[in-house]
Amino acid sequence: MESGRRSFLKIAGLSALGLGVRPVIEVLASGEAAKPTVMKGENILTAKRWALVVDTRKIESEEDLEPMIEICDKIHNVPKFENKRHEIKWIWMEEFKHAFPTQEHEFLDERVEHLPFLTLCNHCEKPACVRVCPTKATFKRQDGIVLMDFHRCIGCRFCMAACPYGSRSFNFRDPRPFIKEINSKFPTRMKGVVEKCNFCAERLAVGKIPACVEVSNGALIFGDLDDSESEIRETLRTNYTIRRKPALGAGPSIFYIV
Amino acid sequence: MPNNKKMYDKGKVIAGLCIFVVMITFPFWYNLGKAAPAPEPKLIGKAAEAGQQCVESKEYMKAEHMQILNDWRETVVRDAKRIYVNSSGKKFEMSLSNTCLDCHTEKAEFCDKCHNYASVSPYCWDCHVDPKEEM
Repeated sequence: MESGRRSFLKIAGLSALGLGVRPVIEVLASGEAAKPTVMKGENILTAKRWALVVDTRKIESEEDLEPMIEICDKIHNVPKFENKRHEIKWIWMEEFKHAFPTQEHEFLDERVEHLPFLTLCNHCEKPACVRVCPTKATFKRQDGIVLMDFHRCIGCRFCMAACPYGSRSFNFRDPRPFIKEINSKFPTRMKGVVEKCNFCAERLAVGKIPACVEVSNGALIFGDLDDSESEIRETLRTNYTIRRKPALGAGPSIFYIV
Repeated sequence: MPNNKKMYDKGKVIAGLCIFVVMITFPFWYNLGKAAPAPEPKLIGKAAEAGQQCVESKEYMKAEHMQILNDWRETVVRDAKRIYVNSSGKKFEMSLSNTCLDCHTEKAEFCDKCHNYASVSPYCWDCHVDPKEEM
């Protein structure tokens, strides 16, 4: 078949036009079929920077702290290992000299020297763990919570080396057999994954404050540092507070009234 | 010119080839007709009552459930968005243990059966809890 340049160009032009028309038709044909969307829960508690004040004046002994630790371990499926080297900690007790090593001295008053301090993830303003995580499994949320995506954790433990507060634990063993009573509403973890306090992100999403705060009888005050009218800001305004290892510049969000 | 079309040891070579072909195809004809039929996931309890409607249509779920679950875990953990609004406007909490397994109560019948057949082993259950197993 003889075909001149002119007719070839005509056909090529028409073809190109045809290809261009198809996506337009597809868009028009798809019509009004609604696309599924995602949204936040209606009762969600939001903030710019969640923080916690521990009022140690309201704490006398370990018995006062136990319920807070117990409830956290229970709802988050935190395992109990006899072997200290396998221990998993979300929220735990620490002596003053260990929690505040730079402030410790030999003439410490008796109350503080023997008082158990409640310690947990500090949800730092500039979290070292987030910077070192190679998979972005640990990240900082809009509301200031330093959260872990357990799905993505590869167990490299860089975050554990980076955290100056020892707030992270590694699952050297499968934790499931060591959980007394599994809460089916919350996942467990698996061997080879790091875990830590999540500031009860799952509770905030449905309008509840963290569990430890709820059972603390007022010893813990939880709130938004960005809201100058909040209870936590009022507490910080009227009381002298300290933070753990402030010189490191991590900007911890857990404050202690001593 | 020599006749180079002659085949040496014809009998042995052909017999050998026949044995070779039989042996290499052995798994195929030995298992012919024995293939296990693809299992149909069973709907029990709440899921059976709901009939053909999951969070999306049955066909969509069949093809895309893994993608949906992957998107869910991302949005729940990272964006704190926990509510899924499906294409007909109905809302669901995005939760494997609390929403999916609330209807599909029989994980063994619903999830495992097909996954075993297709030889896929998703690691959901290393962490997520089957509420039934724990009771």
